[in-house]
Amino acid sequence: MIPDELYYTESHEWVRVEGERATVGISDFAQRELQDIVYVELPEVGKRVKKGDVLCSIDSVKSSAEVYAPLSGEIVEVNEALNDQPELINKDPYGEGWLVVIKIEDPGEISSLLPASKYKEIVEE
Amino acid sequence: MKKTPLYEVHKALGAKMIPFAGFEMPVMYSSIIEEHMAVRERAGLFDVSHMGEIFVSGPDSVDFLQWVTSNEVEKMKVGRARYNAFPTEKGTVVDDLLVYRMEENHYMLVVNAANIDKDFQWLVEHARDFDVKLENLSAEYFQLALQGPRAQEILQPLVNIDLSGIKYYRFKMVEILGEEVVLSRTGYTGEDGFEIYGPSHQARKFWDAIMELGREHGMLPAGLGARDTLRLEAGMNLYGNDMDETTTLLEADLEWIVKWEKDFLGKEALVKQKEEGLRRKLVGFEMVDRGIPRHGYKVYVDGKEYGVVASGGYAPYIKKNIGNVYLPMEKTAEGEEFEIEIRGKLHRARVVPRPFYRRKK
Repeated sequence: MIPDELYYTESHEWVRVEGERATVGISDFAQRELQDIVYVELPEVGKRVKKGDVLCSIDSVKSSAEVYAPLSGEIVEVNEALNDQPELINKDPYGEGWLVVIKIEDPGEISSLLPASKYKEIVEE
Repeated sequence: MKKTPLYEVHKALGAKMIPFAGFEMPVMYSSIIEEHMAVRERAGLFDVSHMGEIFVSGPDSVDFLQWVTSNEVEKMKVGRARYNAFPTEKGTVVDDLLVYRMEENHYMLVVNAANIDKDFQWLVEHARDFDVKLENLSAEYFQLALQGPRAQEILQPLVNIDLSGIKYYRFKMVEILGEEVVLSRTGYTGEDGFEIYGPSHQARKFWDAIMELGREHGMLPAGLGARDTLRLEAGMNLYGNDMDETTTLLEADLEWIVKWEKDFLGKEALVKQKEEGLRRKLVGFEMVDRGIPRHGYKVYVDGKEYGVVASGGYAPYIKKNIGNVYLPMEKTAEGEEFEIEIRGKLHRARVVPRPFYRRKK
């Protein structure tokens, strides 16, 4: 499942751009690979991240994975619901399982993200 | 990479396969948490054919096994299974195992997959002065573990005898699906359940029959992922994580399988250690702070680095982040706190008694 209206990264994050806000999560492919997510370490609101920085980490029963910032900017919202229900990422990776909202610093970076069609090719390999 | 006789079955079920101890094994079929909960609440079926089966026979079988293991073998009755260990001369652990007394002078030793060759070599070297025959028949046997409160109900239709007659840690040779197999009431999950040892080439027939019978009971096939979370929650040690040839049986919290009344390899070292007192010991812990502890993460005691997490992870049934860790003796009391480094930050953890989970009888 790869919604057309989102952008993606090679490290399996998705991005929904709305004006200067970018909502970030991990793709359906990524949540399937991780399986059984039991813990999410969210960043603090107000923190500034650069594209490629570690944004947060996600633990499943068997493994631990890092999520990278797909864009630079300030973190303006985090999905607090994940503290009690990390499994939302498994259940609804593109909806209730979102991770953070970044206030986009450099709109020019958006062009470096992958459109759905390109990401599909990566996942299908 | 070796495969168990059920490799194709796992692939067809869509299992995620991983290399483990030289075998390609199913780590999970659907979800580790679902499989874990199925075993706690209903039942799960595990292919553990990677485990080793070494047979000991001959007139000196009893004396030999008494010498190379730490727990009592001589007084075991035929039809009993017992948890045991091979100690080194230093009292550290070559492997842990189950000993089955098949006949007066005939034993089956069930050992860890990663240690089959090492164990066999170890036994051959120490058998020189004994009149025994050693056979490594690991490849000839499949092993299935049917675990969970519904295990007996699921298996009963396949067996001619009343399964309630096989008590915990006992076994019988029984005929199932036309084959003579070893059926024991044993397991590595903390639940009631059975393990079946039979001829490798017949594994498929047994797997299919049990899967079919288990369906109406909500049984799931379960992989190594759930096997690990189940044993950890049930307070059982894993060789290679919780003990090895650098930890003694006493340090590994296994004094209960050390029989001081008999003579065995490594006893002298263990007696000495007991007299002098232990400096460290394996204990259970749970996280006080958030975060999941994992094998190999650094441990800090009073702010100073002290070893690593032995076993750790999320325990699905009790819904806690738990683990096993070696701590200095004076820090092993219940409630003592220490820290674990998770991704560069220190997280508090606290000593708690094991097992973390105990089934209702």
